[in-house]
Amino acid sequence: MDIAFLLNGETVSLTGVDPTTTVLDWLREGRGLTGTKEGCNEGDCGACTVMVTDDTGTRALNGCILFLPQINGKTLTTVEGLASPTGDMHPVQTAMVEHHGSQCGFCTPGFVVSLAAGQIAGETNHDRQLAGNLCRCTGYAPIIRAAENAARRPVPKWLRELPPGPATGPMPNDFQPSTVAALAELRMTYPQATIVAGATDVGLWVNKQHRDIAPVIFVSQIEELRRIEMAPYMIRVGAAASVEALRLAIAPLHPSFAAMLDRFASAQVRAAATVGGNIANGSPIGDTPPALIALGATLQLRRGDDMREMPLEDFFLEYGKQDLAEGEFVEAVVIPRDSGPNRFRVYKLSKRFDQDISAVLGAFNVGVENGRVTSARIAFGGMAGVPKRAEAVEAALMSKPWTMETVREAKWAFAADFKPMSDMRASATYRLETAANLLERYFLDLEGQLTSVREVRA
Amino acid sequence: MSVGKPLPHDSGPLHVTGAAYYIDDVPVPANCLHLAFGTSHVARGIITAMDLSDVRQSPGVVAVLTAADLPHVNDISTAAHDEPLLAEGEVRYHMQPIFLVVATSHRAARVAAARGKVEIEEKTPILTIDEALAAKSYFEGGPITWSRGDVAAAMPEAARVIEGEIEIGGQEHFYLEGQISLATPQDNGDMVLLTSTQHPTEIQHKVAEALALPFHAIRVETRRMGGGFGGKESQGNALAIACAIAAAATGRPCKMRYDRDDDMAITGKRHDFRIAYKAGVTPEGKLVAVEFDQFVRCGWSADLSLPVADRAMLHADNAYFVPHIRITSHRLKTNTASATAFRGFGGPQGIMGIERVMDHIGHTLGRDPLEIRQINFYNKRRVQETPYGQPVRGFILPDMVKALAKTADYAGRKAAIAEWNAGNDVVKKGIALTPVKFGISFTLTHLNQAGALVNVYADGSVTINHGGTEMGQGLFQKVAQVAATGFGIGMDRVRITATDTGKVPNTSATAASSGSDLNGMAVANAVDEIRRRMARLVGPMADVRPKAVEFARGKVIAGDKVWRFAEVARMCHENRVSLSSTGFYATPEISWDRTIGKGHPFYYFAHGAAITEVAVDRLTGENRILRVDILHDVGKSLNPAIDVGQIEGGYVQGAGWLTTEELVWDHKGVLRTHAPSTYKIPACSDRPEVFNVALWDGENHVPSIYRSKAVGEPPLMLGISAFLALSDAIGAFGPTENGAYPDLDAPATPERVFHAAQRMLT
Repeated sequence: MDIAFLLNGETVSLTGVDPTTTVLDWLREGRGLTGTKEGCNEGDCGACTVMVTDDTGTRALNGCILFLPQINGKTLTTVEGLASPTGDMHPVQTAMVEHHGSQCGFCTPGFVVSLAAGQIAGETNHDRQLAGNLCRCTGYAPIIRAAENAARRPVPKWLRELPPGPATGPMPNDFQPSTVAALAELRMTYPQATIVAGATDVGLWVNKQHRDIAPVIFVSQIEELRRIEMAPYMIRVGAAASVEALRLAIAPLHPSFAAMLDRFASAQVRAAATVGGNIANGSPIGDTPPALIALGATLQLRRGDDMREMPLEDFFLEYGKQDLAEGEFVEAVVIPRDSGPNRFRVYKLSKRFDQDISAVLGAFNVGVENGRVTSARIAFGGMAGVPKRAEAVEAALMSKPWTMETVREAKWAFAADFKPMSDMRASATYRLETAANLLERYFLDLEGQLTSVREVRA
Repeated sequence: MSVGKPLPHDSGPLHVTGAAYYIDDVPVPANCLHLAFGTSHVARGIITAMDLSDVRQSPGVVAVLTAADLPHVNDISTAAHDEPLLAEGEVRYHMQPIFLVVATSHRAARVAAARGKVEIEEKTPILTIDEALAAKSYFEGGPITWSRGDVAAAMPEAARVIEGEIEIGGQEHFYLEGQISLATPQDNGDMVLLTSTQHPTEIQHKVAEALALPFHAIRVETRRMGGGFGGKESQGNALAIACAIAAAATGRPCKMRYDRDDDMAITGKRHDFRIAYKAGVTPEGKLVAVEFDQFVRCGWSADLSLPVADRAMLHADNAYFVPHIRITSHRLKTNTASATAFRGFGGPQGIMGIERVMDHIGHTLGRDPLEIRQINFYNKRRVQETPYGQPVRGFILPDMVKALAKTADYAGRKAAIAEWNAGNDVVKKGIALTPVKFGISFTLTHLNQAGALVNVYADGSVTINHGGTEMGQGLFQKVAQVAATGFGIGMDRVRITATDTGKVPNTSATAASSGSDLNGMAVANAVDEIRRRMARLVGPMADVRPKAVEFARGKVIAGDKVWRFAEVARMCHENRVSLSSTGFYATPEISWDRTIGKGHPFYYFAHGAAITEVAVDRLTGENRILRVDILHDVGKSLNPAIDVGQIEGGYVQGAGWLTTEELVWDHKGVLRTHAPSTYKIPACSDRPEVFNVALWDGENHVPSIYRSKAVGEPPLMLGISAFLALSDAIGAFGPTENGAYPDLDAPATPERVFHAAQRMLT
């Protein structure tokens, strides 16, 4: 493929690039820019963090799971590009030195780029911005001191108006369609092609499993596929909308959903990963499907010119198998707007609070009128081979008085709904018992009781 | 004078701009080759057939080597000669290297390595402590016991006897820079290696052995590591040796780095332990007699397991006088990756044992565990001996703990927590104070030596070199501060240079927290020698004795004469006075006989204490560290900023070990947590929200470099307070009187916390 982008202020044009060459490998091996490091090669440590700017703004991304065509027409800034043209260090860099924010220094370029990108994007929550940057030396305290210091200084003028890409724009490519219709046609021509949106999952197939995924169809450049429409009765989320875009859009309606998405991987991954990808790959531990199912979301699929819709839960047939025909792709997910006002909650359990894959994720949407349960949509991740509704639990609640007694009775129904497995994240016992306990947490939470260690202070 | 100043890390500006070179960043010749291991898919078995034709035909492959192709010794071990570079006949753990691929790129080598077809006749692996005990699979032929007094006679005299057992998981180092080596062949057959290692000399020796060359034919250089934590003390041997062999075979430079998943699966980790204990106490909770059985899962080879297990035994007392004690250590051989050095080197596990005992006694007697700790402390005035016979001198912990409890308002918060817990059903809080007393010196006495090379150039600029390696701990900066202070010059006049076996030979690993103590002294001795020579030249010019010549503020002052340091350097050169000197240091006063477990293995002890407050949710086991207060003893600090950095980082790493960091092996011996997606080191938001760290105002009671103390390892053990605070919070779910002890195992993942809380509730 042919691509063009701005690299630290300079236009770079590459022809005939292998579509699965990562930005990290190209920077280090092709360009000799070795400030960006490989720590894990799977998007979990942040040592490879780079800054990408386009017409939607500036964000930090993991260079190890970012394919070169994904930055076609965009602006790439690496740690080497943060200093001023005359060599003055970026305020984040100065603060990191002054506050002893580096020890071994290997994670440091990633932290610096994350913080610089966060500063441009106006992110003031350093924990959220840095959840995807691991440091093994400092215990983070001095890095946060540096971040707080740097946050008091303005974005340096040389980064204030980064152009969104090279003047020439992106280079045209057959496998980077610009409309949904063109994608639909391309998908019919190449039904075996791998669709790459954010590459946060596919990147691992390439890096870790050495899979040959050609041909590759890139979709994130399709503006209409990224769109989130806030209509009066529904929210339509395009399949290529990033998880971060969903987080921002959903926050006013369902703060609990947004709070869970705060813990969805990391800033770098959320900015690349898409809602459609999180659904289409059919993972039983994807974090958006259970929440969307509990909200009564509908999935829109497209094959050529044909479109069909289904309740999201029906899409997941069994582990690794989705209701997706050859040539078909996920186009959007539609969330009813009136679903669960004030009563929707989603809880995520994992070994580590931030940037961890769920052991259990439970989403609850129980409607109550005159003290009795009138509707119940409860869905879980991590409890079966697919994201799954807790139908027996829902039935055990329906028409009952909404009391702790009902909740305790309904906990027995979890064993009828789920036979979870044991793995490195949690045992089957823990999953089943805590899933049931999350119903109790939901009840107490709605009652306004303290149920989360995150709300406790010393 | 720069000693004592909170200067930033010397490489800080290079780190933050991405300019600092790590080995993978060093430009290499275009003909450089890249290596990858083909590994075992089973934990134990006999290799019956190997078909590597697909590997050889894979694009970019230049050569494929098996054990039979190695030119000389097939060994990467530190001493025991029990670790082949490539398996021969038998495989002894999952992911053990079997063959070596040499290819034109890192990816080509990895892709090819996955194509090997190795047939292995599987045998039942020995994976767990129980399986190893059942099979009597021991190193050293059986358990090792050290004791003092008469436990059997004393135990019946105790008013109460407390018994229990704790499982303590291992820990992956997760240095951000993975293992890496680059070997470049020289014109005469010599080999130069760049290696990310804490032990360049061992790499030199092992490469020499592998190529059957004398040590002088191998030069190893290490400028900086992207983290070590003990994981680069011996675990880099395999890559360095592989690179050297491949480079010798092909005549081309060869580089090898592990992909993260391979790194985590192939290399060793912190030893996981089970500690069974029995403690007899007086009615007040004073220790009468204690028995420990330490079960140590060592993995498939000896590596550093024996000294690690020794150090665990040497720290079984931590800060407490135990009149009668028996410590038995079971060093178990299993078909898992060979456990290795990790910050603390067995000390953390040993201390966990006795701190658990303190907690258990407090819980059982209904007393604050802090009181139990305080009444059992070694006496600070009347010198008492450790179980291994070393007098405990300079014991400042009673004063430190008192001061910390006061400044952090331990008593007030303990009461507030009790009140809070009475009013909250789902979330409970807990608090714990734990001390650490950590022995400083290598227990293998001859390792306690260091060399240095200091050069002053004719313009007055200085380079320093020593055997210590920089892994982020700030060693180079501390030692540069020592040199600058010695010469009375600014830090900008001192250039730090890469550790190099060609400059300073026969060095010890940068380990055992000894880096600044040993290398700082060696450099100071070299500086003193050059100063003496300078003083002998300029003293007579001012009619003063050489000893009266002063070096300060960039000047050399002799009586009423003053020169710039650079002028004196030039004068020395013109007067044919050598401006280069080596320096040497050997730690005094230490001796140790590990066969009987007696002696004076440590030059001194470093101390610290931490208070951690946590919250625990009984519905899910979710938990969180709320506040940490630390008071730590670094003697008279060489660099307080660097020392505080070690303390903060050490605490978080220690807390991570005991909370979220869980290593999971399946029943086939496959490590399931081999990537950061599944193995969870603390992330940014896991750091304590309130995190107060203070340095104890004091100085080392024995002569050390500017009376400072070692700081690398001791703070890691402060993290034990987080674990015991969780135990305290879990206990709050039980009845207030005569409740069962929480019996929490480590790591205290949400799952373990959940189950422990459930046990309290039922």
